Parts: sequence; C-alpha cells; structure tokens
Amino acid sequence: MSVSQLIEEAYTGLKSLVIGLGVTGKALTQPGVTVLYPMEEVARDNLASFRGHVELVGKDEDPAVPKCVACGACVKACPSDCITILCPIPAKEGEAGGEVKMGPAPQKGSKTPGAVYVDFSLCSLCGQCAKTCPVDSLKFSDNPYMVRFDRKEFRIDLLARLKRLAGEGLE
Amino acid sequence: MQAFDPTALRGDLASARFEPGPTDDKLILSMGPQHPSTHGVLRIMLELDGEYIVRAEPVLGYIHRMHEWMAEQKTYMQFMPNMGRVDYLHAMAWNWAWAGAVERLMGVEVPERAEYVRVAVTELNRISSHLLWWGAYLLDLGAFTPIMYAFDDREMILDILQDVTGSRLTYSYFTIGGVYGDVPADFAARCLAFTRHLRSRLPMYRDLVTDNVILRGRCEGIGEMDVDLARRYGATGPVIRGSGAPVDTRRAEPYGVYDRLEFRVPTYPQGDAMARYMVRMDELVTSCDIIDQAVSALPEGPVQAKVGKTVKPPKGEASFAVEGARGKILIHLRSDGGPKPYRVKLRAPGFSNLSVFCELSRGTLLADAVSILGSLDLVIPEIDR
Repeated sequence: MSVSQLIEEAYTGLKSLVIGLGVTGKALTQPGVTVLYPMEEVARDNLASFRGHVELVGKDEDPAVPKCVACGACVKACPSDCITILCPIPAKEGEAGGEVKMGPAPQKGSKTPGAVYVDFSLCSLCGQCAKTCPVDSLKFSDNPYMVRFDRKEFRIDLLARLKRLAGEGLE
Repeated sequence: MQAFDPTALRGDLASARFEPGPTDDKLILSMGPQHPSTHGVLRIMLELDGEYIVRAEPVLGYIHRMHEWMAEQKTYMQFMPNMGRVDYLHAMAWNWAWAGAVERLMGVEVPERAEYVRVAVTELNRISSHLLWWGAYLLDLGAFTPIMYAFDDREMILDILQDVTGSRLTYSYFTIGGVYGDVPADFAARCLAFTRHLRSRLPMYRDLVTDNVILRGRCEGIGEMDVDLARRYGATGPVIRGSGAPVDTRRAEPYGVYDRLEFRVPTYPQGDAMARYMVRMDELVTSCDIIDQAVSALPEGPVQAKVGKTVKPPKGEASFAVEGARGKILIHLRSDGGPKPYRVKLRAPGFSNLSVFCELSRGTLLADAVSILGSLDLVIPEIDR
C-alpha cells in the first residue's frame, strides 16, 4: 500500500468518524423520547388498547353483577389453566339446608358464578377466553403496572374487583 | 479398539470432549451461556491457539422446552400463543406459519382483508426485529448509541402494533381463519407515516454506522461464506442472501398475498458479515415497500373466516412455510382427526444459521467470532426450542 493510499484511508476513516459524531451530537438538542417511569406514567390514551389481564363485564342494568352465565367456555379455551369459575353444587335430595358446596363450572342449574378467579402469574395474555365467551362477559383491563411482592397476590378475585369498580363508578 | 465405557459419558459431554491433551497448549474457553454477545443462553466452547480459534462448538439445551411435544398436548388454538415465544422478535411470522398450516389442513379460505392485514403486521414486526438486531449487533461490536436510535424508531412500530393487537412483544393476533380483530381506522395512515419516517431515518443510520470506519473494519472480509457452504448447511434468510443467492420464501412459495405485491429481494454477493448487515438494512426498505402497498390496497370486508367452535382438522398432513426475519420457518402438522395435533415439526431458521458458525469461525480471531455470531442474527429460544 502506497503512502497516498494510506493517507486517503486515514482521511475517509476520520471523516466517517466525524460525521457519526455529528449525528450523535445533534441528539443533544432534541427532546427526550422516554418516560421516566416512577415519576411519570404513560399517557392514558396510549393504554386504551393495551390488553392486560381479563376482567368481568357488568350487566347494563346492574354494573356490580357480571354478565357471566358460568358456562365454563373460557376455562376450556384457556391454554394455561389460569381461570377458575366456581358454582354452587346443587344439593342432593335429603341434604338440603346444609352448607353450600362450590364446584367447578358448569354446574347443573347454575347460571351465575359463585367465584371467578384469574391467576395472572400463569396468564399468557392470548385473549382466547374473551374471544370464546358467548355473552361477551370478559374484557381486558388496561393496567400495565402490575407489581407485587408475592406471586400469590396475582390470583385476582374478579367478582370482588367488579364490585369495587362498580362502586367507584368506573364502569 | 477400546471397549465402550459408560462412565466416560458422565458430566458435561461438551467439555469432556474439549479437554486438552497433556502436550497440548490450546486454551479451552467457554463463551456463554451468560456472555452478552451470545444473545441469550447459548454456550460456545472455543479451542483457542493464542487468540485464534481452532475449533468452536455451540452447546444447546439450556432453555429447551420441547415446543413440539407441548403442541401435541394442546388444541390447535391453545398452542397459538406459544408460537410467539419461539421467536419473540418475530412472533407474527411464527403465528402465521402455525395458522397457515392449520388452515391448509382444514381447507379454510382466509378473507382478503385478513390476508392484507397479516402482511402489514408481519412486515412491521420484521422491521422491528431487524431494528433490534441492528442495535444489538452494534452493541456487541462496542457501539452503544445505535441501539438507542433503533429503540426510538421501534417504539413507533410497537405503538401501532399495540393498537392493533393489544400487546407489545408476544402478539397473539392471528387466529385460525383470520386475525383476532379488525385494525383501527387510522391503521393505514399510521403505517404510511411510519414508513415515511423510517425512510427519512435511514440516511442517518448510514452516516452514523454503515459508513463508519470501525464497523467496516470489523465486518468487511470477516466470516466469508460462499453460496455452496450456505446451501450445504441449509442457511436461509438474510444469511444466504448475504452470499448472493436470492432465496426468499415470499417469492419462492408465495403465501398470503405476497404474489400480488411488488418488492425486491436484496442480495449481496460478498458473503461476509458486512454483506449480511447490508442485506438486513436493505430489507428495512423492502418491508417498507410491502407495507405501503399492503395498506394502500387494504380491501373492506370481514377479517375472520367461518371456522367452527372447536377446530378439528380432518386426517392428513400439511406443511406451511413463511419467511421470518431470520429465514425460512416451516411447520409440518399431522392430524389424526382429533382436536389436538398428532405430530408437529417446527423448522427454525436460526438452527441452520448457527451451524454455519463452526465453519466460519475457524481460524479467525476471538473478536471476529463475536461479529460473525452477531451477523447471523440468532434468537436462542428458536434454536433451542
């Protein structure tokens, strides 16, 4: 390699470095694009389409009561077994008046769920429960800030949550 | 001939084979599984002579989850979210491969609008995968700034895809016979705005990195691979296109509506790490072209074909190939008529691409091994599924 070639190579190399530095330098004058999370949060309209864990949809006339008919379609569709729906087991003859026992949905004669849980620590957010629901009783919540100390706290009681949300008038 | 000694098989097979002899002065180096440049849990056993690589052998199995077996335990629809976990950077392509294989098995006709939406979201996802690769590759080579620029642009794609699918990384948007829901009304306008934005950013990428003397020095002439070698190892995607072969599933076996779209398959004949880099940079433009055409031609209509409540394909076999960000993805399904697949085979492009690494890295410096490994664009869960 001749001396002129060496000089040319050094020149083009240095030029490329200066151009690159110029690009980075320009960023100094531009506003930041990130959100400093604990101090600020993402704008609410950005989260409108976010698909978080599922929650129950209340009836139009009574928002504290879910539309759910306890058919168990969501439980069957879920790939990770994270939904639990419990219904009162119909009492056998001669046993009436005793303690009400709960069993997995669907139960004979029961059209309302006794308890609905979703285990968010297992959920893969595929949304198949909401898609299979025949009465559109499941929707997605829009909370991306799920932080807990114990994974047991991710087992969410959806009926209690629906009551709380209805009480707050957020429905 | 020595008798077979079962005790010799104990312990780590890879390191046992790599034990240096008494007169050997080779250095055995274990790169990974936590090394940042191996992008996940890949371990590479290296035999070094000074700083030159004599032998390199990838060790897999750290996150093996047996996806094929898992598929046989779940119904066709239930397994769909798993496909997004195989290659978390291009989840759409894997979802499409699975949905397409089941549709082919059942003979479902997908509505036109769904096909166009599928093309648009898959190409958006391909751009986001390539952008992340771009940032991560340069991070491997010691440049920190580009990944910040890449994330800035990728953010726009993630915002569009979040509005469409509801999540930002492992999308489960595809269903058998269509897509989960219709796209928002401003989808086409936002896609066009994004492609315009990305095209305006590409000259800046070139100034910042592609023309950079350090990148050129670390990529040009490194890991040269001729077409024969690439074909012998079954390399696909940008890896073989970087060796000059215009191999592209979107062209060779058109699926969806790719046969109606005009696009160029970028190839570079050099076969080195720089050629693979350039192929991916050109593919950003190709994907922009495809998105522009797909969202402009988006027809009205339903996005979901009529499929029964339970997906039960008839007896038979079907395979479906798509072009992922890393190469050809193929899913082969065998059904026995039940609600669950009888047998599933996934063909992951990363596995074939990784196997070339042993040949490419022989005789190179340790630092070059990093730039070769990065130029192959590996996603470990896909290799080690």
